[in-house]
Amino acid sequence: MEKENNNSSRRNFLRLGALGGIALAGTAIANAVTDESPKTTGKKVKVLTADGKLIEIDSSHVDHHAAKDGFSSEEVRQGVEGKKFIRVIDLGKCANERKCITGCQKAHNILAPIEYIKVKKMQDSALAAPYWFPTMCYHCDNPPCVKVCPVDATFKRSDGIVAMDYERCIGCKFCMAACPYSARTFNFGRPEQLKFTEEHKNDTSDPNHCTTPYAQEGTVAKCDFCTDRSAQGLLPACVVECPNGAIYHGDELEDVVSNGEDTLRLKKLLKDRAGYRQFEELGTKPRVYYLPPVERDFPFEDAAEPQNTKE
Amino acid sequence: MSEDINIAESTNKHETFTQEEYMVMKNDLLRPIEKIGKAGKIWIAFLMTVFLAGVFAYYIQETRGKYTTISLRDYTMWGIYISNFLFMVAIGLVGVLMSAILKLTHFEWYRPLSRIGEVIAIGAIMFAGVSIIVAMGRPDRLYNLLLHGRIQSPIVWDVIGISTDLAASLILLFIPLIPSLITCRNNLKNLPKWQLKMYNILSFGWQGTPEQWKILKKTMRILTILLIPLGILICTITAWLFATTLRPEWDSTNFGAYFVSNAFLLSVAVMILATFIFRKAYNLEKYLTEMHFDKLGQVMVLMALIHGYFNINEYLIPAYKMSGLHENHLLSLFIGKDALFYWSVVIFGIIVPFLLPLFPKLRKPIPLTIISVIVLIAGWFRLYLIVIPGLLQPYLPIQDVPESWKHYFPSVVEMTIVAATFAGVLLVVTLFSRFFPIVSVWEVAEGQLEGKEEIINYK
Repeated sequence: MEKENNNSSRRNFLRLGALGGIALAGTAIANAVTDESPKTTGKKVKVLTADGKLIEIDSSHVDHHAAKDGFSSEEVRQGVEGKKFIRVIDLGKCANERKCITGCQKAHNILAPIEYIKVKKMQDSALAAPYWFPTMCYHCDNPPCVKVCPVDATFKRSDGIVAMDYERCIGCKFCMAACPYSARTFNFGRPEQLKFTEEHKNDTSDPNHCTTPYAQEGTVAKCDFCTDRSAQGLLPACVVECPNGAIYHGDELEDVVSNGEDTLRLKKLLKDRAGYRQFEELGTKPRVYYLPPVERDFPFEDAAEPQNTKE
Repeated sequence: MSEDINIAESTNKHETFTQEEYMVMKNDLLRPIEKIGKAGKIWIAFLMTVFLAGVFAYYIQETRGKYTTISLRDYTMWGIYISNFLFMVAIGLVGVLMSAILKLTHFEWYRPLSRIGEVIAIGAIMFAGVSIIVAMGRPDRLYNLLLHGRIQSPIVWDVIGISTDLAASLILLFIPLIPSLITCRNNLKNLPKWQLKMYNILSFGWQGTPEQWKILKKTMRILTILLIPLGILICTITAWLFATTLRPEWDSTNFGAYFVSNAFLLSVAVMILATFIFRKAYNLEKYLTEMHFDKLGQVMVLMALIHGYFNINEYLIPAYKMSGLHENHLLSLFIGKDALFYWSVVIFGIIVPFLLPLFPKLRKPIPLTIISVIVLIAGWFRLYLIVIPGLLQPYLPIQDVPESWKHYFPSVVEMTIVAATFAGVLLVVTLFSRFFPIVSVWEVAEGQLEGKEEIINYK
């Protein structure tokens, strides 16, 4: 993210005055000398530029943690500077294909029946039309879970993410009781999951892999907005995997959200499409907005049978 | 010895209670310490067995993993460990009711009951703490509460409140025990040497001088006054653990009062049951009289009325409005799948203790004890109803989850551990009564001396 690619720096160079140009050229040369010519990996990643454009660059240009590096407990408490992550979900685009769920599970190395993101069938009243409703941790700005945590194991970061410190959590489950959206899940030590976690400790093969680990046994886990991917300017697994582009992820300060294909102005989108937040009356101030299910891409088809039934 | 002097001095003033009578009383009250019958031994062995079964069950839970041993899941993440914790906190109020409130309001009949109440309260509060630790996902990280404790969290309030209350209760139990320890040492010569030595050490060189009595009375008074807000506080904070969340079933401004009134009702019931058992087991009919049952029965009516009042505030008023937020939960309680549960609790937990003890005949020991047992069982299930059914009625519907996530029935491990907490409380009370006089000798004698004849030969 920090390093701009060649195209845009050249454009900037032309736009800038001579003095600035020399300075920029100086740094460019310095970069060229010090940079140990990153090998192009051929893997393209999409990143957002500061002016809200989504561009595709080689993954070698992206500065990030070694994939298997976790965050230290100090790092996980620091938000990404100058960011305020936010999410918009277009209910008209969700067809309950469950790709966000499986994508998320793969990226975090968790197994069903644990779901950080769930898709629910909602029908507000008998005459109202049913619609699919993806829900996850809303990373509230007034988070009830953070209020009640006795040991500061869940906390609000400066970039808007409500994060978990699995090393510190004592497993009292008070945050789960406090969350009105049932977004949190507890690691009860399901044997299959424990085995899977152990086997896939160092498995980063999933292209959407997220380095924040799954909760330790006896602690609480939840959607973390794919903290490390968000920090690198990558899109979280659920956004990437959604075949219909229903989930937009972005930055409130940049006023931009993207579903991987379209990159939109956040405020304009919310204004034009009457964005709203779930249970506004609870005062939790979620960071996830919904666009009402109008002008749907798909007709509503009820799920034939429950999917998440594995005990 | 000291008491003898004290009594001798006072007998001049009060002719109603003689030295001989005091000696008889002393022997009566100390007898349970001297000999332990076969039934007593079997009882203790039984309690030990249940308690150890619970310890073993906990070992299984912690080593085999919670997913396979207990039936808690993501929606019902709090189960009977937590509702049992509420029950323990509730009956922990018995110390406040029996020794503090009655004492300060000069209801003299509290005297033989106060120590029984205090010991039950201490046992209950101890095992309330145990229940919480058992429910924790990572009990090995308990120290994080000290390292990273946040005062904003109601759990930290509860930890502070419960430990303060436990400490105050222990001191309030111990201070009036000091003169009794000397009485034990001087009168129970047949006991093993270590036991007499223990009495001696614990009595801290008590002489029974007027000055010492003055300090003792003053300390007791201060602690007694302190105990009332503390006891009510821990019940209220425990209710706030729920009321500080946004969940529809706990979203109530009435919750603290509802919980405290429930705790008072359960405290009376547990006191009646304990009085009945001690009266029978230790032949204390002369001291724990029918009068006590009569009075406790009346207290029970009052407490049931107060609790009924808060119950109406808690359920009927929201039900009148039937807002969309509370609808699912309330309908499930009133006419849904928890209806049988709910109405049984209302009938046996509120209407029975309100109506039946109104009749003097039902305030006799046996009928009143039966009523108390019913009230205690209903009370335990009322706390179950507070915690669990609402968890299955969250704002966002529960959909597409495995079958076991949609309902809750406690596993064998959970039930064993809960049974063990009960055995633990009973063990604390039983063992205490085996080593120390469960009815405070000097406090009862003092009541006699002040000419309060209604204590003995009431009616």
